[in-house]
Amino acid sequence: MAATRERKVPVLVDKPMDFCPGCGHGIISRLIMECLEELGQLENIIFPIGVGCSSNLGAGLECDRLHCCHGRAAAVATGMKRVNPDVLVVTYQGDGDAYNIGIAETFSAAYRGEHITVITINNTNFGMTGGQMAVTTMEGQKTSTTVHGRDCGVTGFPLRFPEMVAREFPNVAYAARGTVTTPAQINRLKGYIKNALEAQINHEGYSIVEVLSPCPVNWGLSPVKAMERIEQELIPCYPIGEFKKRGEGNV
Amino acid sequence: MKVELKLERCKECGLCIHHCPKHAISKSEHLNANGYYAVQINDELCIACGICYTTCPDGVFHVLG
Repeated sequence: MAATRERKVPVLVDKPMDFCPGCGHGIISRLIMECLEELGQLENIIFPIGVGCSSNLGAGLECDRLHCCHGRAAAVATGMKRVNPDVLVVTYQGDGDAYNIGIAETFSAAYRGEHITVITINNTNFGMTGGQMAVTTMEGQKTSTTVHGRDCGVTGFPLRFPEMVAREFPNVAYAARGTVTTPAQINRLKGYIKNALEAQINHEGYSIVEVLSPCPVNWGLSPVKAMERIEQELIPCYPIGEFKKRGEGNV
Repeated sequence: MKVELKLERCKECGLCIHHCPKHAISKSEHLNANGYYAVQINDELCIACGICYTTCPDGVFHVLG
């Protein structure tokens, strides 16, 4: 048998968590911890955590974290980073938290180019409160507040935040979007998260990684079908990739 | 044993079963404390590739290496 390497959940998230079956949050939080472990930063991290499904991370985490007011994680992270410039500050938020309720704070932190890392989990709805429409909801998607499907003529079109900040703000060091649908995509996403953390470690500027994550319960799909929906419906609207690489246009 | 299982964490989402390249993972008859039928691994088919570890959202798998 070929030699295999040991693969174990990093100690900081090695606890049972309360996410729904098939939810992508568990994979994403594990990837962040794997990256921190590989970068030797497990003892040097604070998580400002948003409100929503992302709050469940707090229950399973064995390191410093703060539950911020709804949407304000980027503002709290700004304060944390300015007081402790050598500590890694990684916000962990959902799309409703970061892009709906806290768009002012998320946007302003990117505009100022704070040296923080923003991880946003985009599941195209407000998962914890029952699947209401968010700015990221797809056109025609049925949610509990858009029962006939989202009408983009009235409610606006899905927001592509990483592309926007990558294009507009020179202080953004790194912007990418990944997903968790297949092992290949998960490994690619890990590379994005690692780049974002390294950008912060080297004080290059603001870094953001958005993750397309399934919400099987609110989408009314099985976990495997929810992953297929991401591949078929979400990725054409939310492209996967790096929109700004490190050292690119960061003058 | 190639992979250690933390059965109390399994939520029966089936992502590992779907992605396992050797079809070595299946649902067991074992009901865990949360009421889910946890997974089981056929050690003869398993090649310890770690795909289950990569796709599991709940940290059930520990690939011993």
